[in-house]
Amino acid sequence: MNKKIKKDNSLIRQTRRWSPLFMWPVVAAFIIGFVWPFIQGIYLSFCKFRLIRDAEFIGVGNYATALQDASFRHAFWYSALFAIVSLVLINVLAFAVAYALTQGIRGSNLYRTVFFMPNLIGGIVLGYIWSMIFDGILSRYNTSILMESKYGFWGLIILICWQQIGYMMIIYIAGLQAVPEDMLEAAKIDGATKAQTLFKVTIPNVMPSITICTFLSLTNGFKLFDQNLALTAGQPITYVDGAMVKSTEMLALNIYSTFYNSNSVYPGVAQAKAVLFFILVAGLGLLQLSYTRKKEVQQ
Amino acid sequence: MKKILALTLALVMALALVACSGGNNTPAEDTTPADETSAATGSVYWLNFKPESDDALQQLAALYKDQTGVDVKVVTAASGTYSQTLTAEMDKSAPPTLFVIGNANSVKDWSDYALDLTGTPIAEQLNTDAYNLYDDSGKLVSIGYCFECYGIIVNPDLVEQAGHSMDELKNFAGLKAVAEDIHANAATLGFDAFTSNDMDSSSSWRYTGHMINLEYYYEEQDAGAKWTECPPSLTGAYMENYKNLYDLAVENSLVDRTSLATGGHDAEAEFKNGEAAFWVQGSWEWSAVADSVPNATMIPYYCGVSGEENAGLNCGTENCWAINAKASEADQQATMDFLVWLVTDPAASRIAVDSFGAMPYKNAQESTNGFLAAADAYAADGCYVMDWATNYQPGVDDYRAAAVSALNQYNASPSDANWENVKTAFIDGWAVQYKAQNG
Repeated sequence: MNKKIKKDNSLIRQTRRWSPLFMWPVVAAFIIGFVWPFIQGIYLSFCKFRLIRDAEFIGVGNYATALQDASFRHAFWYSALFAIVSLVLINVLAFAVAYALTQGIRGSNLYRTVFFMPNLIGGIVLGYIWSMIFDGILSRYNTSILMESKYGFWGLIILICWQQIGYMMIIYIAGLQAVPEDMLEAAKIDGATKAQTLFKVTIPNVMPSITICTFLSLTNGFKLFDQNLALTAGQPITYVDGAMVKSTEMLALNIYSTFYNSNSVYPGVAQAKAVLFFILVAGLGLLQLSYTRKKEVQQ
Repeated sequence: MKKILALTLALVMALALVACSGGNNTPAEDTTPADETSAATGSVYWLNFKPESDDALQQLAALYKDQTGVDVKVVTAASGTYSQTLTAEMDKSAPPTLFVIGNANSVKDWSDYALDLTGTPIAEQLNTDAYNLYDDSGKLVSIGYCFECYGIIVNPDLVEQAGHSMDELKNFAGLKAVAEDIHANAATLGFDAFTSNDMDSSSSWRYTGHMINLEYYYEEQDAGAKWTECPPSLTGAYMENYKNLYDLAVENSLVDRTSLATGGHDAEAEFKNGEAAFWVQGSWEWSAVADSVPNATMIPYYCGVSGEENAGLNCGTENCWAINAKASEADQQATMDFLVWLVTDPAASRIAVDSFGAMPYKNAQESTNGFLAAADAYAADGCYVMDWATNYQPGVDDYRAAAVSALNQYNASPSDANWENVKTAFIDGWAVQYKAQNG
């Protein structure tokens, strides 16, 4: 007996001793792929550069330029509006679909698969497919998705709902299936109506799913890039008070087009915008997480 | 059991890493012999700007390797992504030794990375200075390797079938009369006046980059001299003339103007199939149309400016070689040798000229391009050449995107108010972009 414990201890010690060996591949990959580029990105936001290797430190000038840029402010408000509208629509619809598909309808599995499938198509492809669909309809009225910013906005909302509802639905289904049967049964015996059961029992119990889904759809809304590029690329574009406004351009696309603007000041400005963008998305994400976490109940 | 699982997972991770580093090693091993040769003789890496020339360039690279043993790597950037590809490639440890600096904007961006070509063997091969680009300090940043022209491509057979003659096409009034007549009788003739004029990204540059050049050119003429740098603003004095020609092309076309924003039409096929007599395009299309319309020719942008009977084609280039100043001397030398070979060796220069149209070098082969021949014919008749003032467009991508947007609105509803927005995009937009670029 004693001997066995001793043997176990030595195995633990051995594992402790050798664990760094097994850790370093992942740590190295994480540093190469994430930590180092992240630090370099922050450094570059204080530089003027055309090529990364020739970066020249210039201080906070890039941030000043970024904040004064009307197109960046427009992209911020546009993205915020988009994120809120898509957050609400995606989650309400995904929850509704998930709720319907956990009521024991025939063919539930088939529906789940079909609803999930759009999520498997890449953003650029989706953007082009939907631009064809929208233009196919709008061309009957002699217009196009590129013509009016409201078409671009709602087009993008439809696209993103179509893509993400299925994904969020899967998370909600997992959450709904984990709601304890005895609670539902108790509610039924106590004479709760369907609506009361939904709002007082089911939803509090799926709060963890709501937390994760709202987090994902909020950050996805802000980070959206390929769909935005493929569907409208910021069109229509107008000049307002001597500044160019790409009316359907979101933050990520704004950063991209700033980076490739043909003036060597701009890569640094784009980098500064990217750092601001990171702070914004991370901050909002954490705020939202801490808020919805409070609503979660312990079973 | 858990231990085995943990061990397996760790092993998989370690293996993945080995695989990763293996992946990285392989090209390094591949390049080692090349590096050895490059230490001795250097090698060439050409980041090509013209997707349509890729085949010809790969052929030239193989030919040069056969003849001299020097490696020539040709990489072609996808259409419309040259600046992105160049930025990424230049940051690598083996950057391009040969790249393109084709307009005033790129000179600003890349002049620090370009070798001064003044007095170099390749510069001495040139037969004109007209296509060279200099920076503010007078450094020869890049030298033209081919020149092109654009205007309106015409199928003379169709013009004659419609009962007209090429002699009628000497000014805007003549062009308008012929085009409107063909369009009115399109159903009986079986062809229309203009091909489709799509405004999607694969085609909109024909109007926002090329046709608008007529506005810039005549402004230049009013100012009395060719621009040598980007002017801070434009007067817009010739926007009406641009409107004349633009409206003529979209009103008398196979495709209704309201469907141009979406695009998806194939103007090249329409012209080659004889479905339309006029096509707003450039000399680089010669090899594409020469087989189907062998007597295709090109006429100037007639737009109602007085004295335009003496107009010629829009001639210039965006194709200028720059040698990477930060490449090793051996690579710079190898690149220089390759370029000299390219413009002097008869077989090589034949391939290059056939692909590029025409090359401004003393010993290069004669051009077989029918459109460039038309440009020469106009020049020989004493017509003025319209230079590519369009190469000075500030913040070119955004500037053109805004113009496309305004033209889309105008095409959907050709009202005066919408035309005002087109003017704003081209004229006020110039000043806005200039300010953004120059502070």
